[in-house]
Formats: sequence, structure tokens, C-alpha cells
Amino acid sequence: MKQVYSRPKSLKRVWMHYCPGCGHSITHRLIAELLDEMELQDKAICIPPPGCSVLAYNYLDIDMVEAPHGRGAAVATGIKRVRPECLVFSYQGDGDLAAIGTAETLHAANRGEFVTAIFVNNAVYAMTGGQMAPTTLSGQKTTTSPYGRNPQTDGKPIKMSEILSAFDGTSYLERVAVNNPKNIRRTKKAIRKAFEHQIDKKGFSLVEILSPCPINWKMDPLKACEWIDEVMTKEFPLGVIKEV
Amino acid sequence: MNGASAIGESAIQAGCKFYFGYPITPQNELPEYMSRRLPEVDGGVFLQAESELSAINMVLGASAAGARVMTSSSSPGISLKQEGISYIAAQELPAVIVNVVRGGPGLGHIAFSQADYFQSTRGGGHGDYRTIVLAPNSVQEMADMTFRAFDLAEDYRTPVLVLGDGILGQMMEPVVIPEAKEDLVPVTKDYIVTGAKNRESRVIKSFFVEGKDLEEHNWKLFRKYKRIEENEVRCERYMLEDAEMVVVAYGTAARIAKGAINRLRSEDGDVKIGMIRPTTLWPFPSEVIKDVSRQITDFFVFELSMGQMIDDVRLALDGGGHIHFYGRPGSVVPTPSELARIMARHYHKAQRREKG
Repeated sequence: MKQVYSRPKSLKRVWMHYCPGCGHSITHRLIAELLDEMELQDKAICIPPPGCSVLAYNYLDIDMVEAPHGRGAAVATGIKRVRPECLVFSYQGDGDLAAIGTAETLHAANRGEFVTAIFVNNAVYAMTGGQMAPTTLSGQKTTTSPYGRNPQTDGKPIKMSEILSAFDGTSYLERVAVNNPKNIRRTKKAIRKAFEHQIDKKGFSLVEILSPCPINWKMDPLKACEWIDEVMTKEFPLGVIKEV
Repeated sequence: MNGASAIGESAIQAGCKFYFGYPITPQNELPEYMSRRLPEVDGGVFLQAESELSAINMVLGASAAGARVMTSSSSPGISLKQEGISYIAAQELPAVIVNVVRGGPGLGHIAFSQADYFQSTRGGGHGDYRTIVLAPNSVQEMADMTFRAFDLAEDYRTPVLVLGDGILGQMMEPVVIPEAKEDLVPVTKDYIVTGAKNRESRVIKSFFVEGKDLEEHNWKLFRKYKRIEENEVRCERYMLEDAEMVVVAYGTAARIAKGAINRLRSEDGDVKIGMIRPTTLWPFPSEVIKDVSRQITDFFVFELSMGQMIDDVRLALDGGGHIHFYGRPGSVVPTPSELARIMARHYHKAQRREKG
């Protein structure tokens, strides 16, 4: 019988700790499938962030270097400059990449570092208990915006992918989501493209993944997936933002 | 050659091919030197980062990937690097960090100071860790200690600070740069990330979910620091044989003190002062001071700060001896003759006390 589905070799045989309905486990699996398919497992180095996905090193069976909060792009730069033959990618959340690590992200992109950022945007600081993130939507309630994000005082959600598209150093930027099978397939294609851009030395690549966080959004997993379609994509439209 | 350039060339000879930094006075001669020299080195990379935070994290990445790597800065910039230094210490990665100390606190002054002693010798960032701190006092020592710093960093897998100051970084002296290392094979390190080819995947991390795992990790670091304390203490002993008072000073302050000691000895043979000059500030030569205190009871601590190393001298003497102190906050340099007058005053006071 033809085998059509199995655990990717780049994924360790352990249970994941992620909450029910969380997008990290799907994204981890997509990365593992791609590392297998593109035969990159033995060349890959991932930089996981502080946050829920700090434990990515328990799941992805590749070399990993944990970065301080926000410094993924700088750590990736250091690694890639020493080992240009490796596939180097950071795995970062919205607070990490778009708030505390904004400078590192923008400058790595502007230098056109041949690295890839997997940017998981779930509109909250999840690990710390659901505080307001730079990508929290206007009006969205979080533990530090209990009356809803007020654009007058908090600003509007930051669109990192659009900002990065202005830099000559970036070569592939796409926003995707992991909330339904069609979008998940699209996400896998986007990550493949981003990795290819790195390997072909075209420039800095980033895939922004809208990812459900049912616990902190206080929704059931299905509703969280619908909320991405109905609300989140209105602020963060899906699609290729830049391809060189 | 100026001190900053001597550090740069010595680092390159020690096999450092990667430098990440951000401009700040008075250490710009070092990144400028590296930006000229590293492109001439096979595989050499000079990168001017967008901030000190980025620079130290690039160091973290490059070290994790197996390279000999260096960054440098001056006091305010070193404060910014403390986050990364804590992670590098926790992740047990080698790194060489040069601090060309300037006046503080805050923006302070662009000239020299020794006010970063506490920050350097007490870890500096968050958490229970130490960094090896080397304290040169000449351009030659800047070169020699930088060279040695790379070996120490790799031997103990820990960040090493070379603590200069604005005078040492900019002054020019003749220097012999240590000879290049031929047989550097960084890939033999068994912890670095290279892509998990024909081996199990590796993780370089400092986060521990289980409290007991973090406790064990800290015990492991502590045992390493004990080994460093046992093996790596270095200091210069100067004219201690007949001395009746001992100056404890390091770096630029020790140069001034040596001038003052020589002046007093040549002018007035009765004033017999020697010196202990720590060349490692952590680990600190506590045992040497304790040993010397069995013969000599008066210790004159001279620092270009308002008194930081004096705490380590107090700890070394453990209630014994008599401590004298002269501190200047830095940025204004006392001359050897000025210091000699002050030292002589303390010396005679101690003599009167002894004679009762």
C-alpha cells in the first residue's frame, strides 16, 4: 500500500506541549516536512525565541540556538556569516520580531542577510498570558488593553511585512495563515519559497503566519480559526507582499 | 601602535575572523582597524551592527557556529551588551569582549576611567555568573592578553573581558604582536551548530523548564568558576621584598602608582612601598594579598573610581590589615608626583602608628 502520510523525520517523536488549537504545532510540522523534502535537515540551524515556541528545540530534530528576546535576526546573522552553507532561520513571534526586536529585524533585512524569518503573528504575547502585542488589532481586548486597543494612544497594529518590503535587501515576503487546510498548504509553499530564496542568495526572506491562539483569544479552536478569516485578515491581508 | 589597534591585530593573529561592533568613543580605533584588516583575512567578516545589543547577539550566533569572535565597546555600550553577555555565559559559549572604559555614570565623559570594575567583575548582567576579566596596563599587554583571552574563552567556554580604558586604548607604544596560530580547527568543538550531519542534533540554550535542571546548570557553572579561581589568577608583584606598604592598583592606575613608587624610592630611600597589580580582576588575587598581609599590614588601594576594587581587597584581608584609599573618578589623571605625595603621607601615618 502506498504510504501517504507519516511523521516527518525532522520532527522528534515526542508529544508537543502546545495548547489545543495552537498554530505552532502545525507550523513546526510544515517546517519539518519541508526540511525532509528539500533534504535540509543536516544543514538547518533554527533560532527559537523566548515564548511558547522556545521549546521548538524539543520538537524539530535539527541544530538549534536559543536567542534572547527579539535578537533572532542578530543571532541568525552571526551564525549565517560563519556558516553560509547552512540554512539559517529564526522562528519568532510578533512581540519578539515586531516590538523588542524591531531594530534587529529591520537591519538584518536591510543588509539582505541570507536568512529566513518564520514570523508567527497571533496578535498577543501568548506565553506571558495574553498581553497587547504590536500586532494586536484595534479594539482587541487583551490583559493589558482591557478596554480594547486604542489606536489613539497605542497606535495601530504594525504591518512588518509591508514595512520590510521597502528594503532592497528583502527578496521574499508573504503573509499566510494556518487556520484551514487550504491556507496551511499555502503556508507550506510560502516557507518553501522563502527557504529557496535563502539558498539562492536572493536576499532576506520572511513568512508571516497568522496563527490562532484560542486560549488567549478566549475562543474555542474553531472560532479562533474563523476569527482569522473574519477579522484578522481584514487588517493583515494574505498574499505575496514581495517577490524578487 | 595604539592600544586599540594592538588588540585588533592580536585578535586576528589569535584566529579571530569575526568582529561585530558599534561605534563609541574612545574605542573607535578598534572597529576601524578591524574594518580595514578583516577583509584581508581569508573568511574574515567585519560587520558594523545597528546597536550594541545586535553586535553582542551576532557574537553569540557566530560563537555558537564555532568561530573565534570578538566585539568591543566602551562603558555605555558595554551596559547594553550585558543582556547578551549573560546569555553567552549561560549558554557556555566562548567570546572576547573588549571594554575601553570611559567616565560614567550615564553618558559621562569620553576619557578614561576605572568605574566599570563592579560591572565587569560581578557578572554585569542578570543571573549568577562571572566573566574572566583581564586588566592590561600597556599596549604590549593589550596585545598579549587579547591573544590569551581567546584561549581562556575556549578552554572554559565562557565570555572573557579585556578591560582597558581610554588612555590604554589610544596611547602608542612599541609592541610585539603574538604570532599567529596555525593549527586552529574550530570544528572539533563538540557543542557548536553546523547542521546535524552524521550526528545527533544539538541545542544551545539557557532556558530550563524544570527548576531542578536550572539548579544543576547553575551548579555546573559554579564548578567551572571554582576551576577558574583555582587556575587563572594572575598578578604582578612589584618591589615587595622590603616594602612596608603595598599599593593595590590595576591598569592605568598601576602605571601611575609605579611611577610614584619609583619616585619615592629614588628621592627618599626611607619610603619603601611595593605593589600588587592584579592582571586578572576576576578571578581576583585574594590569596596573594592575604599571603602578603602576613608580612605587610598596610595596603594602599588606588583606583580611578571612587572605590570599587577596594571591596575585593577588604574581602581578601578579611578584617585584617590597614586599608588606605585614594580614588579619583577618572577623566582627570593625577600625576605620579601628586600620587607620590599622597602615598608618602599615608606611609608616614602608618609608620607613626606602628611606632606608637
